Amino acid sequence: MTNHYTDIGNADAVLIMGSNAAEHHPISFKWVLRAKDKGAPVIHVDPKFSRTSARSTFHVPLRSGTDIAFMGGMVKYILDNNLYFKEYVAEYTNSAFIVGEKYSFKDGLFAGYDPAKRKYDKSQWAFEKDENGVPKRDPSFKHPRCVFQLLKAHYSRYDLNKVSDITGVSKDDLLKVYKAFAATGKPDKAGTVMYALGWTQHTVGVQNIRLSAIIQLLLGNIGVAGGGINALRGEPNVQGSTDHCILYHILPGYLPMPHAGWPTLEEYQKANTPVSKDPLSANWWQNRPKYVVSLLKAWFGDNGTEQNGFGYDWLPKIEPGEDYSYIFLFDRMYKGAIKGGFIFGTNPAQSAPNTHKVRRAMENLDWLVVGELHHTETSDFWHQPGTDPAKVKTEVFLLPSAQRGEKDGTVSNSGRWHMWHYKAAEPLGQCKPMGGMVVEIMNAVRKLYQAEGGAFTEPVLKMDWPATYDPENVAKRINGFFTKDVKIGDKEYKKGQLVPGFPNLQADGSTSSLNWLYCGGYTEAEGNLAKRRDLSQTPMQAAINLYPKFSWAWPVNRRILYNRASVDKDGKPYNPAKAVIAWEDGKWVGDVPDGGWPPMSSGKGKYPFIMHTEGHAQLYGPGREDGPLPEHYEPAETPVKAHGFSKQLNSPCYKRVDSDKDVLAAPADPRFPIVLTTYSMTEHWCGGGETRNTPPLLEAEPQQYVEMSPQLAKEKGIKNGDVVIVESARGQVQAVAMVTVRMRPLRVQGKTVHEIGMPFCFGWTTPKCGDAVNRLTAAVGDPNTTIPEYKASLVNIRKADKVTEL
Amino acid sequence: MAITRRTFMKAAGAGLAGLTLGRFGLDLGPVRAYAAGLKIEGAKEVISICPFCSCCCNTIFSVKDGKIISVEGDPDYPVSEGGLCAKGAALLSMHVNDHRLTKPLYRAPGGDKWEEKDWAWTLDRIARHVKTTRDRDFIVTDSQGRRVNRLESMFQLGTSQMDNEECALSHQMLRGLGVVHMDHQARI
Repeated sequence: MTNHYTDIGNADAVLIMGSNAAEHHPISFKWVLRAKDKGAPVIHVDPKFSRTSARSTFHVPLRSGTDIAFMGGMVKYILDNNLYFKEYVAEYTNSAFIVGEKYSFKDGLFAGYDPAKRKYDKSQWAFEKDENGVPKRDPSFKHPRCVFQLLKAHYSRYDLNKVSDITGVSKDDLLKVYKAFAATGKPDKAGTVMYALGWTQHTVGVQNIRLSAIIQLLLGNIGVAGGGINALRGEPNVQGSTDHCILYHILPGYLPMPHAGWPTLEEYQKANTPVSKDPLSANWWQNRPKYVVSLLKAWFGDNGTEQNGFGYDWLPKIEPGEDYSYIFLFDRMYKGAIKGGFIFGTNPAQSAPNTHKVRRAMENLDWLVVGELHHTETSDFWHQPGTDPAKVKTEVFLLPSAQRGEKDGTVSNSGRWHMWHYKAAEPLGQCKPMGGMVVEIMNAVRKLYQAEGGAFTEPVLKMDWPATYDPENVAKRINGFFTKDVKIGDKEYKKGQLVPGFPNLQADGSTSSLNWLYCGGYTEAEGNLAKRRDLSQTPMQAAINLYPKFSWAWPVNRRILYNRASVDKDGKPYNPAKAVIAWEDGKWVGDVPDGGWPPMSSGKGKYPFIMHTEGHAQLYGPGREDGPLPEHYEPAETPVKAHGFSKQLNSPCYKRVDSDKDVLAAPADPRFPIVLTTYSMTEHWCGGGETRNTPPLLEAEPQQYVEMSPQLAKEKGIKNGDVVIVESARGQVQAVAMVTVRMRPLRVQGKTVHEIGMPFCFGWTTPKCGDAVNRLTAAVGDPNTTIPEYKASLVNIRKADKVTEL
Repeated sequence: MAITRRTFMKAAGAGLAGLTLGRFGLDLGPVRAYAAGLKIEGAKEVISICPFCSCCCNTIFSVKDGKIISVEGDPDYPVSEGGLCAKGAALLSMHVNDHRLTKPLYRAPGGDKWEEKDWAWTLDRIARHVKTTRDRDFIVTDSQGRRVNRLESMFQLGTSQMDNEECALSHQMLRGLGVVHMDHQARI
């Protein structure tokens, strides 16, 4: 989230798209309703009518996978009607930047596309620079290649007819949403965008979010109270676990993963330290070397020296451009290249796409360690339906995990609040926190290497690794220490003292930090700030529900990111009634500003979007894999053969794997005419492993169902309560038919397209509740993130002649 | 740790119940005090956080004789103001639950059942697998002769059920071993 949960109450309009907030983030909805009570229209755009829709001002159903068309039309509406916040767009975004001559966009493809590699040469999208290396600008917006003009031209094609034709949304409904939300383009109004997996889980997921950012920037809604782009992150600590980057492609604190092209620390730092020649740009990532070296010092302690790149030399280096994520991992496992591994607190046999393949792939493992609370479809894959245990050679270890109330530690909510939770009771039986498992397994491995030697022992034996799991101690390691006595400015720090904040981290090995983002959260002066429970506020903070002393938020306790875009060049809030920060008597008051520099008009200020090299928010974003401007492409499986925006039907770069099990339906495949979307529910959690094992929750939602419209049910001869078979090109699932007006047939290209919806939480380890819906979904992913496209698959349904799963 | 209990009437759930019954003119004060007294009198209150969505609703665990006897929403958490959803309201039955695993289990190759094992045996055997796999499959240089220090045949799928502290150590361990197939729920 750029903002945070209690801030949603400040919104003058709420757009919920790609999320069913009321059911999946129920407490967030408290703040939506507060905004609504104060007059904000709440708009829900989603294929299914849900409890979110019921409490919204209006609900607009659209066909899954057409969000870019929908939002592209909103961009056109805002520009055509001059509803954008002109000063904000001119000063704080890259609207005036001039794009280089190599850029082009023709019939769905941007310049630089290589069809053999399914990749773009992004250098062709670069900005034109002046003799000092600063991007050229035309503040008058007259230059035909300035971002504003390119944006206008790009979305000029997104007219109401075309958008309505492909999304299935009527023109009246489109206009109703555009008008209500675009009204927040005034300086003293704010609109918030709340999204979740309904946006990310598409082959155009990143561009869905990019386009919402473009809208929010045009309306001046970033950095302000009641604004922002707010990801309702799904999992309990998915914010914190992403910040700590237990993902193949990044190191803690969103630092790029070393690859084979950067063999030394020097080369890594050179490639990853952006340079801005603009004196007004803070270019915050120029500090990256400090964060990298501090991380290495935290990992390798005194063994990390300048001679070995502070331990960089020992790190694994991925192959440039290679993908090691879920879809590719299971493809390699299916093909026998993966031998063993760990699965903690996740249930891929349920929640990975194309689980038929995933379940077979696991049978190829020599060994598997699962850390869990209960038996799951993953831990027990060796006796899953259709599998003969005698033929599965895998050795499986199932480690009993402590529940949340049985351990100390921190989690981070979507609003980046870093909060401590306390152990209420000892873990049940012999359960351990997962941190304890990790520490003890590694210590056992280290013991073996100590005694026997082995392959490349340096990183194993030279890491600074704790003897036991002590969350308080790790929290300090995350914040970081001074590794020697140092003087920074006129302040002296002693070896072993906690670093007071990330501006103090150094690139010379004199500081350590397991994650620079969290540096400043545990200090000598104030202790563990995640434990703070002080609700006091200044009147200015109270006016926007800001609680600066409750817990601590990264970065540096800033609660609203990019908040210097909420003020004008003199530091005066655009909306004084809901000011986030203000320049008063020579200092900033309110939230922690995005950098403490004085206002821009002083001549000593810095542009507010400090994480971008050039300091400006990116209407035009040349860094993504699939284009600098979002463009409508159909899902990998689509019910249409063509669309009105270009000849390019699908994303030209979406990720896919090839095997006998990775079959896709053809566009408008007559065998699979229905669109399937999948979702969670209030009573169950993701793959359902935890909640199906909680009796009151299973009782509330006991069985797999499929929601379908009365029209579709009639067409297929299905009655409410019938068991049906849902079938895709990859598999079948049995479900109870729930015939409901919550699903509505959509009119697409003059024809009726039916969409059905299924929760994906039910699995065979819970008797008679059904089994994985992800047997239907395809292992195709976004080109930037490889997040799978769970939200739009093609299926068919028929009444079941025999019921076996329910 | 003890906290100061504020008026639970501020909590959404309790507030609703109070309103509904209050309309019938009932004085709920003594009833509530009695009910509270029965259940959590003398219990230690501990602040935890619901392990589900990223609203991270703070919770109050009541603990008596080392046992968790009640879990409710924390009215001091500004986001939830004491509210919980169905999952949060079921936290007690998630902790005190017959379905939970309580001992390390082992399934032998080709076996048709789980066997109970102790932690020491389990950790040693896992460590041996890690070392055997790593020593056998460790890749020092890639096809172009570039130093890569990779272990591709071993993987981890991690979890956002881990606390920040657990994630930090998990990441450190995996990179130390050379693991590159590491992913987690942010992807799915």
